[in-house]
Amino acid sequence: MKNHYQLLIIGGGPAGLAAATIAAKDGISCAVLDEQPTLGGQIYRAIESIPEQRAKKLGSEYRRGKNIAEAFRLSDAEYYPNTKVWSLNNQREVGILQNDKASILSADQVIVASGAMERPVPFPGWTLPGVMQAGAGQILYKSAGIVPDNGVVLAGSGPLLLLLAWQYLHAGVEVKALLDVTPLSNHIGALPKFPRALLAHHYLTKGIGYQIALKRAGIPMLFGVSDLRADGDGVCQSVGFKHSGKQKTIESELLLTHFGVIPHIWLTQSAGCKHQWDDSQQCWRPEHDEWGNTDISGILVAGDGAGINGARSAEHAGRLAGLEALFALGVINQSERDNRGVKERKWVRGERHIRPFLEKYYQIPKKLLATDIDETIICRCEEIAAGEIRQAVRDGHDNTNQVKFFTRCGMGPCQGRQCSNAVAHLVADESGKSVKEMGHFRGRPPVAPLTLEQLATLKQEVAE
Amino acid sequence: MNSDVIIIGGGLMGSSIALQLAMRGCQCIVIDKASPGRHSSGVSAGGLRLLNRDPAEIPLSVEASKMWRDITSLVDSDCDARFPGQIRVAENKADMEKLEQRAALVRSLGYEHEEIIGKQELYQLVPALAPHCIGALINRTDGYARPYHALTAFRRKAESLGVKYYPSTEVYNVEKEAEIWSLKTSQGIFSSPILVNCAGAWANKFATSLGEAVPLEQKALMLMVTERLPHFVDPVMGAASRKLSFKQMQNGSLIIGGALVAKLDFAKEKTDIDWAQLAKSADTVISFFPQLKQVRIVRAWAGIEGFMPDNIPVLGQSQTHQNAYHAFGFSAHGFQLSPVIGKIMSQLILDGQAELPIEPFNINRFN
Amino acid sequence: MFKQLSEGQADNVEIILNGQSVLVSRGISVAAAALSHQQRFTRTTPVSDSKRAPFCMMGVCYDCLMVIDGKANQQACATYVQQGMRVDNQQGVGPAMENG
Repeated sequence: MKNHYQLLIIGGGPAGLAAATIAAKDGISCAVLDEQPTLGGQIYRAIESIPEQRAKKLGSEYRRGKNIAEAFRLSDAEYYPNTKVWSLNNQREVGILQNDKASILSADQVIVASGAMERPVPFPGWTLPGVMQAGAGQILYKSAGIVPDNGVVLAGSGPLLLLLAWQYLHAGVEVKALLDVTPLSNHIGALPKFPRALLAHHYLTKGIGYQIALKRAGIPMLFGVSDLRADGDGVCQSVGFKHSGKQKTIESELLLTHFGVIPHIWLTQSAGCKHQWDDSQQCWRPEHDEWGNTDISGILVAGDGAGINGARSAEHAGRLAGLEALFALGVINQSERDNRGVKERKWVRGERHIRPFLEKYYQIPKKLLATDIDETIICRCEEIAAGEIRQAVRDGHDNTNQVKFFTRCGMGPCQGRQCSNAVAHLVADESGKSVKEMGHFRGRPPVAPLTLEQLATLKQEVAE
Repeated sequence: MNSDVIIIGGGLMGSSIALQLAMRGCQCIVIDKASPGRHSSGVSAGGLRLLNRDPAEIPLSVEASKMWRDITSLVDSDCDARFPGQIRVAENKADMEKLEQRAALVRSLGYEHEEIIGKQELYQLVPALAPHCIGALINRTDGYARPYHALTAFRRKAESLGVKYYPSTEVYNVEKEAEIWSLKTSQGIFSSPILVNCAGAWANKFATSLGEAVPLEQKALMLMVTERLPHFVDPVMGAASRKLSFKQMQNGSLIIGGALVAKLDFAKEKTDIDWAQLAKSADTVISFFPQLKQVRIVRAWAGIEGFMPDNIPVLGQSQTHQNAYHAFGFSAHGFQLSPVIGKIMSQLILDGQAELPIEPFNINRFN
Repeated sequence: MFKQLSEGQADNVEIILNGQSVLVSRGISVAAAALSHQQRFTRTTPVSDSKRAPFCMMGVCYDCLMVIDGKANQQACATYVQQGMRVDNQQGVGPAMENG
């Protein structure tokens, strides 16, 4: 490993791999850093090692990842798995950790392809063992062939929920119920976006196909569910909710929830890139142009880490960022960049067709984003409840960072990843302002915790 | 907006002065360019340290130490203050001599608060310490508080007595007409007969506009904080000859400092953590407490502060204008002094003199 | 709560999970191993001693912290099983300070 690269790519999912594949040619020094042991990111997890039988059950969208991985393997890019990136600054210095040893690399161009994470939505009981995110269920299945053995309740909102139910159905897992918390009013609200979504009809057909299959299999699908909660003595034993005005309970030791995904922005935030609140996607994302340039020279973003557009779009956005990096490095001129980017840009725009519809249809209701149940834990690490956050606002701490200082919310090991959005929504709700005005937790490095011993290894590195 | 006094800077010093003035019936306005306490005040390490003070600061710090003991009576909150003492550890004979000289100096000034302790007592107080240390200098009454809680308590108490805060109010221009100060700001004109400059790292702008520029330097000091740990150390720890400063807070996490400077773009107010420095600091911590090797750092940050060349603040009346006062340049150790600064500055403003000696902090000392 | 699907030839390693020797598939994460071997929870919190288990499985929630080969605070979802690995539930902050 060198300590300087012309191009460093953070993340080995579709965006990062596609960027590397297009850029790592003609002697460009390019490396992909990924914290996973295998490439593919979360979406194509274990894509190179998965047994064929399991890959088939996961569906054709998953298997697309094979081509991306193969093309990447043929490129000249260096690939460093098990490499945790813990810092990125505006000088394009990248702190990494490998085998407990910390070091700092530098690069002329950095593409952050950090992907997405599940949108954390706190509800009563969400910290109980047995309550997990749907993405966690999918990762267990993809990477380990591990599925629920005693039934599962799926709850929340968004296409992943349907896909996971369908995948579980094919794996012989008992899906006790699928509880959709999307308010029925969303369906009407999304209608104006429907014509454009028809341009991406393959997604619609797929979604409808899943629903039909689930219905045929007799899986109870309840829509317009509210007041979701998990209950139990120390661990999840039942799932409670309201449906058609009635309070209901399902016995289950496992509840997988999904409330859409949001960009993983901790690195771009730590670098000081400008971020904006995306009202439609209900999340913060780094500002960028269509080539992926952020407001910091030489730092680009691609894929879901730049804004949620899905795996296919990530691939094209990755290529655009790769081309832009080559242009910035002086390897190709502007017209070559533009010519080679024509198709990719068209694809990226094409992949947007379905999004406004999905974003409106699966919009998370405000009541879920800013819970009115004071006892609900918001910060899983420091165990700060919603009521404490609302009280801090009433005491005059009227932005997310002040609330953080005062309550310690967001100061645990996850560094606010799980509570940041919820705090912003609660503070906005309590103070009657918009989430946009509330701001985001200031990024405090390291982006991933380091032990004192690991950090101390950096000293030797610098001394050498 | 009109008032008796305008204070520029709503951090701890500005708030403490506003509070004391308000307690004596004065109408105060506090204006702050951002959210008050955004930089040094809200994010400092919160050390309540009388140990190893500059001799000029000792009288003030001794009084501040008393005030912190009873801080609730002043601000209706204990600010999470704790007083487990503060220690400077000697690792070798040279260190020990240095500490003994220091103790002798403090005694010669008529104070008894800095004591030398031997190896045995050191390890009774800090059993977790690596075995190579030979003694220490201690002040048993020192401690720490939570900076943001203190800032909030001072501000709320001041507000309850009628002090008005104007956050996000940037001062463009300071003028005096017919003995009335007039401040042109992003939120309109503010005027009052008395002006107090508590602008921290930004204070030189106002000193300059009063015609008495000072060599104030802006630096951002870094801190790092660990995950929660079982309780293992009481006193705030420092070392005689190495950059070590750390304390274990009530929740179990460690705050590690030691005057480590981050990279700073002052104009943009952007700080960038210098990891090589923090790595050295991590190494120092491990050499004093090897059992902390596997402990995780969850956060690091840097706050922007104003430093004077002699590391003591500028305090007192302007030398160019009557009815203007300065309190800035605390050089990263003002937190402990904050209650007493409010007291003596309010005395200076309302009575014309302070009950404690402040001559060493005169702004004209750099001329 | 979870089970390993049988997918043809088993390629297993042996780990010691909370004192019990168990066979798990080579290459899976420690969190996956714990969840598929009837561990209802994998740690208790330092704040309130509440039980927790893996939540996100992708390294962002830090709820899957376990003691692995004596080292506290290891992210079980981002650590992969090795032959002979010792995996224990973490109580509170665990033995973070006992292995210096």
